[in-house]
Amino acid sequence: MRIMSNEVINVLLVGVGGQGTILAGRVLSRAALSLEGEVKVSDIHGMAQRGGSVVTQVRFGPRVFAPVMAPGTADFLVAFEKLEARRWLPYLRAEGWLIVNDQEMPPLPVLTGVATYPEDLVGEMGRLVKNMLALHALDLARLAGNVKAVNMVLMGALARRLPISREAWENALADSVPERFLEVNRKAFQLGWEGGGE
Amino acid sequence: MRELLIGNHALARGAWEAGLRVAAAYPGTPSTEIIEALAQYPEVYAEWAPNEKVALEVAIGASIGGARSLAAMKHVGVNVAADPLMTLAYTGVNAGLVLVSADDPGLFSSQNEQDNRFYARMAQIPCLEPADSQEVRDMTRLAFDLSEEFDTPVMLRLTTRIAHSYSPVESGERQEIPLKDYVKQPAKYVMLPAFGKVRHRAVEERRQKLLTYAETTPLNRVEWADLRVGVITAGVAYQYVKEALPGVSVLKLGLTYPLPEKLVRDFVNEVGACYVVEELEPFLEDQLRALGLPVTGKALVPRVDELSSIIVAQTVGARVAAMDPAMVASDLAAVALSGAGAMGGQGACEGAHLEAKEAAAAAPADLPGRPPLMCPGCPHRGVFYVLKKLGLVVAGDIGCYTLGATPPLQAMDTCICMGASLGVSMGLEKARGAEFARRVVGVIGDSTFLHSGMTGLLEMVYNGGTGTLIILDNSTTAMTGHQDHPGTGYTASHQPAPKADLEQIARALGVHRVRVVDSYDLEAVERAIQEETAAPEPSVIIVRRPCALLKREKEAVYTVDPEACLGCRYCLDLGCPALSFNGEQAVIDPVQCNGCGLCTQVCPNEAIRKAGEDNE
Repeated sequence: MRIMSNEVINVLLVGVGGQGTILAGRVLSRAALSLEGEVKVSDIHGMAQRGGSVVTQVRFGPRVFAPVMAPGTADFLVAFEKLEARRWLPYLRAEGWLIVNDQEMPPLPVLTGVATYPEDLVGEMGRLVKNMLALHALDLARLAGNVKAVNMVLMGALARRLPISREAWENALADSVPERFLEVNRKAFQLGWEGGGE
Repeated sequence: MRELLIGNHALARGAWEAGLRVAAAYPGTPSTEIIEALAQYPEVYAEWAPNEKVALEVAIGASIGGARSLAAMKHVGVNVAADPLMTLAYTGVNAGLVLVSADDPGLFSSQNEQDNRFYARMAQIPCLEPADSQEVRDMTRLAFDLSEEFDTPVMLRLTTRIAHSYSPVESGERQEIPLKDYVKQPAKYVMLPAFGKVRHRAVEERRQKLLTYAETTPLNRVEWADLRVGVITAGVAYQYVKEALPGVSVLKLGLTYPLPEKLVRDFVNEVGACYVVEELEPFLEDQLRALGLPVTGKALVPRVDELSSIIVAQTVGARVAAMDPAMVASDLAAVALSGAGAMGGQGACEGAHLEAKEAAAAAPADLPGRPPLMCPGCPHRGVFYVLKKLGLVVAGDIGCYTLGATPPLQAMDTCICMGASLGVSMGLEKARGAEFARRVVGVIGDSTFLHSGMTGLLEMVYNGGTGTLIILDNSTTAMTGHQDHPGTGYTASHQPAPKADLEQIARALGVHRVRVVDSYDLEAVERAIQEETAAPEPSVIIVRRPCALLKREKEAVYTVDPEACLGCRYCLDLGCPALSFNGEQAVIDPVQCNGCGLCTQVCPNEAIRKAGEDNE
């Protein structure tokens, strides 16, 4: 008997409301649709978006049932912010990849002094996971021409590790991003791709 | 064409294909995108109604008028629309009518997680539960046909994970369904007691016909596998079952009311052990047990919160694995048995009930949370800052401003449902006397006031209340993503419309003390609240500023003069995400700052100044 969930690739995108996780999820899911199998994506709207912790789940493979993945089963955890990476780390599979933007966005309890932002999160996570790529996506996005392109930098870094063609990524970008922002996003994606090398 | 659609967009597509002509809704997560998508089709008239009751009534009128029609709402919206729904169940339809109920298991953006399938049973109308976007599109098309065939409204029940998840959809072309004749039929549509009694019999006859239909409809299907275990399931729970228990036989119900007696009995008899996996209440399970069938459901599967593959693996999966581990997905079983699954569901840090979910999360317990909060420049912030400062009792309402209940503002005492702020503050006054009313305010948004706040205000005037209502007028329905409403001057399709005037409405309802203040002027807000709560008669304060997210141009930001900053941290009481402390001094993030200027009004030493302004 086929055990389905093993054949599905699970990508968990986590960040802070406003960082562009939803658009990144859309680009990834459109690119994944080129594989002829099934794609399911789940994100959360409404109350949870107001500057809170946000998560988009993308699952693709020959047959995908649940739109959400189980803890301990993500093949890729793409974190747009360090603290969110740590929060969602239990979702990563033992052999999975953590791709983390080395950026610190203090949440309200830290801003108001009720809590402190944990130190050396990237170092700690590097010891906890087998495969980690930490990159300065904000700097790369700035280099590409727009700080808001952090999401495409991270998609570029992810793309290098997925069995999806560059052409499918190109098409997915063009279908998801308004014409006038396309060039910046392409550049950001490319910088992420290059930055995603060993 | 094969494309990825969220369930709500697949629903709009299916309804358009089915020849839909009239659609009405009030925005509410997770249903909002349905009308937004329908408004894009030129063949469909789609509107935002002031509330769900009106939306359903519009759909009823359109159906009687011969047009296929739809009303969409979140689960709690059906409570508002329950009055017309229960009698619509008697009258039946002329052209097809579909009621969409978008439930929210897990309370991602709701005040409760009620299970609306009970409404279908109470009204004796069919309930369809799709399990992915393709099924949403297919079942929506079918729902209109069923509605006409059986002369009944049809409830299409989505849940957040269906409404907001993308999956591939093959769509089709629009059927041109001609407008049906309008025929005057008082015995069918005028529900006087004598006519209602006759129609109730028609409801019973319809229920019998639907039971027969349920036995053979392809909406319900059996997927045979190992006969030692059978699972009866529906909606998104079906996906979790297929994922976690790939080896078991499954009865997937697409029509969850009424239940086909023979089909379920045959299935239960065919399998060794039978489980029921459904989200929230034991809706199917209770009916199966009433048929005398030996099934196990809520004894194992939680009744609270949304389900997931891991929960199915941990509960029913543990029983099944004891019989034969090959029937359970090995990777999920590994996670579930190791105990790692106790890390909590998907929602480890979503929504407003953060502590409860985080407590269950596996990441280090001391990790700072990241709760949702009011945006930089939010016009609600100053009001709650003042309410906290004055120590008032605040009867709140539903909207972004409900975040005024969270730290550091924490200036809300109650939030029950849409429009409840008025009745609750009136009840507080009647319980504890007019003196107590001097310390109570109701707080409501503009869209919520027009939804169901007006009758509460009328109540206060009519029954001698002396309370104060604050209307937070940000000129939009912000929480659900900026939908128009009768007070914005635009329709759902962005056409100009008459603009409801809140001051005039308050006066017309009999309030003499009506005043308008600027949300960004803390002193004016405080003065207005003090004066109006002191006044021994009903008053309305309209605190007005458009939602900060609607601002097109960024105003000059504020900066902190490090020489002048005393390090007193008073500014942090605002809970503004742009403000933080760097050691002993305040700093303002220029990217996040919206230029509202509240912080400069709070600073005791004038250390916060607008960028570009002279220091002298």
